[in-house]
Amino acid sequence: MQNRIDQLFAKKPNGVLNIYCTAGFPELNSTLPIMKSLQDAGADVIELGMPFSDPLADGPVIQDSSTLALKNGMSIPVLFQQLEGFRKEIQVPVILMGYLNPVMAYGIEAFCKKCSELGIDGVILPDLPMAEYESEYKTLFEEHNLHFIFLVTPETSEARIRKIDSLSRGFVYAVSSSSTTGKDKDMGDQSAYFKRLKNLQLKNPILIGFGIKDKKTFDAAAANANGAIIGTAFIKAVAESKDINKTIKDFIGSIR
Amino acid sequence: MDIAINTGNSKYHVDKNGYYGRFGGAYIPEMLYPNVEELQTQYFQILSDPSFQQEFDALLRNYVGRPSPLYLAQRLSEKYQANIYLKREDLNHTGAHKINNTIGQILLAKRLGKTRIIAETGAGQHGVATATVCALMNMECVVYMGSIDIERQAPNVARMKMLGATVVPATSGSQTLKDATNEAIRDWINNPIDTHYILGTASGPHPYPDMVARFQSVISEEIRKQLKEQTGSELPDYLIACIGGGSNAAGTFFHYLDEPSVKIVAVEAGGKGVHSGFSAATTQLGHLGIIHGAKTLLMQTSDGQIIEPHSISAGLDYPGIGPMHAHLYETGRGQFLSATDDEALAAAYELSKLEGIIPAMESAHALAKLKDLPLQKSDNVVLCLSGRGDKDLNTYISHMTK
Repeated sequence: MQNRIDQLFAKKPNGVLNIYCTAGFPELNSTLPIMKSLQDAGADVIELGMPFSDPLADGPVIQDSSTLALKNGMSIPVLFQQLEGFRKEIQVPVILMGYLNPVMAYGIEAFCKKCSELGIDGVILPDLPMAEYESEYKTLFEEHNLHFIFLVTPETSEARIRKIDSLSRGFVYAVSSSSTTGKDKDMGDQSAYFKRLKNLQLKNPILIGFGIKDKKTFDAAAANANGAIIGTAFIKAVAESKDINKTIKDFIGSIR
Repeated sequence: MDIAINTGNSKYHVDKNGYYGRFGGAYIPEMLYPNVEELQTQYFQILSDPSFQQEFDALLRNYVGRPSPLYLAQRLSEKYQANIYLKREDLNHTGAHKINNTIGQILLAKRLGKTRIIAETGAGQHGVATATVCALMNMECVVYMGSIDIERQAPNVARMKMLGATVVPATSGSQTLKDATNEAIRDWINNPIDTHYILGTASGPHPYPDMVARFQSVISEEIRKQLKEQTGSELPDYLIACIGGGSNAAGTFFHYLDEPSVKIVAVEAGGKGVHSGFSAATTQLGHLGIIHGAKTLLMQTSDGQIIEPHSISAGLDYPGIGPMHAHLYETGRGQFLSATDDEALAAAYELSKLEGIIPAMESAHALAKLKDLPLQKSDNVVLCLSGRGDKDLNTYISHMTK
């Protein structure tokens, strides 16, 4: 079967909305209902965070959601249990995002196998070095039809972007500024970087993430790429919500 | 100076890809890649520059007070029936070995054109050493410190502030050293252009473990000379150092790694006992994993979440261990022991009474293992006294009155 991420971009090359949420947040069993609500509300891709005790690339909001999820009892084995049979209800592409250490502890090969069985489409592990991915894991991920998605930043050289593009499958995750997640940096002066990326004519679609929080920032990013990723703003909304299903509907509605 | 010595043929030093055996590497998000790559491509060249070495050497001599003495501790030797030499890093400016590395890194930061310095600290020793060199070089200094440690180590917080540093509490996770390190790394991600991160231990992404080891290698360089003067041989029978992340141990072992006759002993913090659930004995409790950008042994749950360690000494309270040391452990080149909180306290009281030297709680862990080594009367033993005990007086006082 063709990977769902590729199917999506073939059908919808522009304005793709990817929502990040931490698995096991705000409650251990919130994962699936939130995924269902996100799909119903019109999210195109769901990026599920696998919580880690020491998430280096994340700002305080996502960190706190991870800390709470861990306290709730979330772990990779628990998440895989929750995801058993989820494809009966969820059709949108689902990506797992996390850090290398918990995946190593699970076993990288076993992890890929399980992802493939469950119907996961892609994986983001920001601290797995590109060279090590290429020499040790590329074949493994590809055999399991799992797209490995790399990040690029405004500081990434063109040669390196090209290399990343050649190894990435599904899309390239363009970090809008050099920052951890949820930093309120000005997106205005990033447009030169987005244009530069666009002009590189990469083989992969580009989704822009970090600092996307509302319609205005989403539209600005989507104008220069194939879509954007929202994480921190969504986690904040869920954290403050009394009716998560309604919050998700309103949140996605405000962006569309 | 030997900080740029070629170690290419050694199987215990870093290889050209930044690994020590299967440990090391640079497991960092893309946002840190330009910073780390800049260091990777430039650190060795900068360290090799004679004018850099001259500047480093002059500051170590005239500002830090090096060479630090190698002192034959007579009464301690008598007690343990061997010739025990103490490498007196406790006599350095700011009271510990930490300043060797901060001097080196701030000179490096200047050459890289950086104007702002960040650092992590646990007990506050590395934070003070960083704040000190920032004052010296007129650089902005931000030190991240776990909010729990800020409470435990008030005098060092005051020192850093007096030296002009901003101390930022790390309120995430367990609010101790590992979280302070996370916060420093996040700061670096957010300030990639003007900022250099002065990492205090021999861990982190390549090239930090090798870079820190090289700046600390002045310890073993001096030991070789001093021991030769005092005994006629550069080579001791034993080298002993305490180990958390492993910076003083890396410096103590550096120039001896390829001398197989020298027995290397690293002493971890056993806390309340290795299997008590309150320990920081990483080689005994840890498994292969990734912490702060290095592949190494670390204490973690079966699900790969990093465990908060325990030690009476804030400087050894780290859930990982530098990759060089993980390799020394795995290859058997180093013998790894652990000392409990109580053993370390007893050793600290003992050294104070026998030699008139109050050691840092960390160094006391190394002292605590003298009793467990099969020492011969003719053995020459060099123990790195990595720091002085002023900062630990509260701990020492509270245990005296018990």
